[in-house]
Amino acid sequence: MYGLVDCNNFYVSCERVFQPRLDNRPVVVLSNNDGNVVSRSAEAKQLGIPMGAPFFEVRELLRHHQGHALSSNYALYGDMSRRVMARLAAHAPAVEVYSIDEAFLDLHGLTTYCGTLDTRVQAIRRDVLACTGIPTCVGVAPTKTLAKVANRLAKKHPELQGVLRLDTASRRERALRALPVADVWGIGYQYAGKLATHGIRTAWELSQVSEAWARKHLGGVVGWRLVQELLGQPCQDLNPSEDGTLARKSISCSRSFGQRLTAFDDLWGAMATYLSRAAEKLRAQGDQAHILTVYLSQDRYDTRVPPPYTRSTTLTLPGGPTSDTLQLLAYARRMLERLYEPGRVYVKAGVVLDGLERPGRGQQLSLFAPASSTATNPLSDVRAQQLMRSLDALNRQFGRGTVRPAATVTAAGQSAPWQGKAQHKSQAFTTRLEDLLVVG
Amino acid sequence: MTSIELFEVGEPTTTLWLPVFASLVPAGFPSPASDELEELFDLNRILFRHPEATYLIRVSGESMRGAEIHAGDLLAVDKHLEADHNHIVVAVVEGECTVKRLVRRGTSWWLQAENPAYADYEITEPDNLRIWGVVTHVVHELIPGKLTALLRSRD
Repeated sequence: MYGLVDCNNFYVSCERVFQPRLDNRPVVVLSNNDGNVVSRSAEAKQLGIPMGAPFFEVRELLRHHQGHALSSNYALYGDMSRRVMARLAAHAPAVEVYSIDEAFLDLHGLTTYCGTLDTRVQAIRRDVLACTGIPTCVGVAPTKTLAKVANRLAKKHPELQGVLRLDTASRRERALRALPVADVWGIGYQYAGKLATHGIRTAWELSQVSEAWARKHLGGVVGWRLVQELLGQPCQDLNPSEDGTLARKSISCSRSFGQRLTAFDDLWGAMATYLSRAAEKLRAQGDQAHILTVYLSQDRYDTRVPPPYTRSTTLTLPGGPTSDTLQLLAYARRMLERLYEPGRVYVKAGVVLDGLERPGRGQQLSLFAPASSTATNPLSDVRAQQLMRSLDALNRQFGRGTVRPAATVTAAGQSAPWQGKAQHKSQAFTTRLEDLLVVG
Repeated sequence: MTSIELFEVGEPTTTLWLPVFASLVPAGFPSPASDELEELFDLNRILFRHPEATYLIRVSGESMRGAEIHAGDLLAVDKHLEADHNHIVVAVVEGECTVKRLVRRGTSWWLQAENPAYADYEITEPDNLRIWGVVTHVVHELIPGKLTALLRSRD
């Protein structure tokens, strides 16, 4: 059996741990730049506030009901997530951290020693709640896809007390009949529309298609695997990473700016900031990237701007894969120069690192270039790696951004022009000494 | 006059090498001592029974002076421990966190300050009271340093 543990409206729950006055009130957490609702308390859901609602549309409604809107505080959420995942790892033989607030547990063979699965899973929920104050729901099933289904229903139906187990054929059928096909893990919005034209509206109908049909209409073997998983035949195992964190297959970092930007230098400052962050993440999981994508977006709501609103450019790194911030910056600057048009007004920028692999694994050496790409980086490879290691170590010890590329630095005392608005941000209660909770 | 009891400590079975950060190592020259590093002291591991459940909290005010908890001190608070009679706890009273001693008097439970200038709080409605965590350690600075500086930066 697999379990999928999911934290209930995680961001709001984190805020409530340190601000008990937010209990029993409608609370929402806003996306970067205080733009849209990304997490809603049960009370906020009852007010009919949809996920993704623009803040300005719900501000009055919240105020009317003594509600609160908070800027996202990822330092806090990241640390609380780490604590939750560490507790889960203490209970299950293997854990796959799936996202900041979700994890798959391997529950195979646990019942031999620890009573029934239900008591086991309830004990895990109690422990996470006791250690972190974060409430969770768990779906338990023979496959990961069914565990996702079970978790969805457990969240929707409070009478299940946070746990749903789908281990018999009749339970599975009942659950799949109750689930719209769009809510199946891996189906998504576009496939759901396509399936509807074939008369497939529930997860149950999807699970009844033939192998030939699934291969034809659902992207070959991937689709057939999905159908088998719904039938209770496991096709996917856990992917626990060695360090307990989720190693990503691509790393991106993008933000909308706090104000509209037109000057190249400001855009370059933002881009360099995001790329340094992405490269840091890349090194943290021990990978190098083959492909770099950078993009710039204009305001899609501005009627004077003709589409396309977002322009991007992708480069397969000519010097081979790298995780070196300075090398990546050199490429990115030339890519940005190609994208940038003077006089245009930009609202967002982003970078994506793709084609990740561990260094030294089957690298294709170039016939003409030396093994290290000295063209973009005058330092030798070894010294460049040393520099990055020192950079990461310093920033770990003295705080993020202590040492950073000059392009990302703004004049003393001035906040960066690309810095997003976060006017309702709570303190970093667990990760900054200055921000600890104060009690009298 | 404070009496001090001495406890016999057995022969240590392991040697713990502490890194010397004060020594200047010429860059690029490997330090002969670096092979001998076994592990660093990690106060967290020594002190905290449930690291994932332990949170640091700062104290304001002198309501717990009698328990040697002063304004500006750091508290380690364990959310996992079950609160019991005589524990010092962080409790949520009417949506605010407060640090007090939890005591039972007869059949009633109280949140007791350790300072005569502050009133005790009787827990009449157990539903209105939540124990946030149990205080396990106090970090109190005897020579003004970083903690004190942080406190000033908040004001």
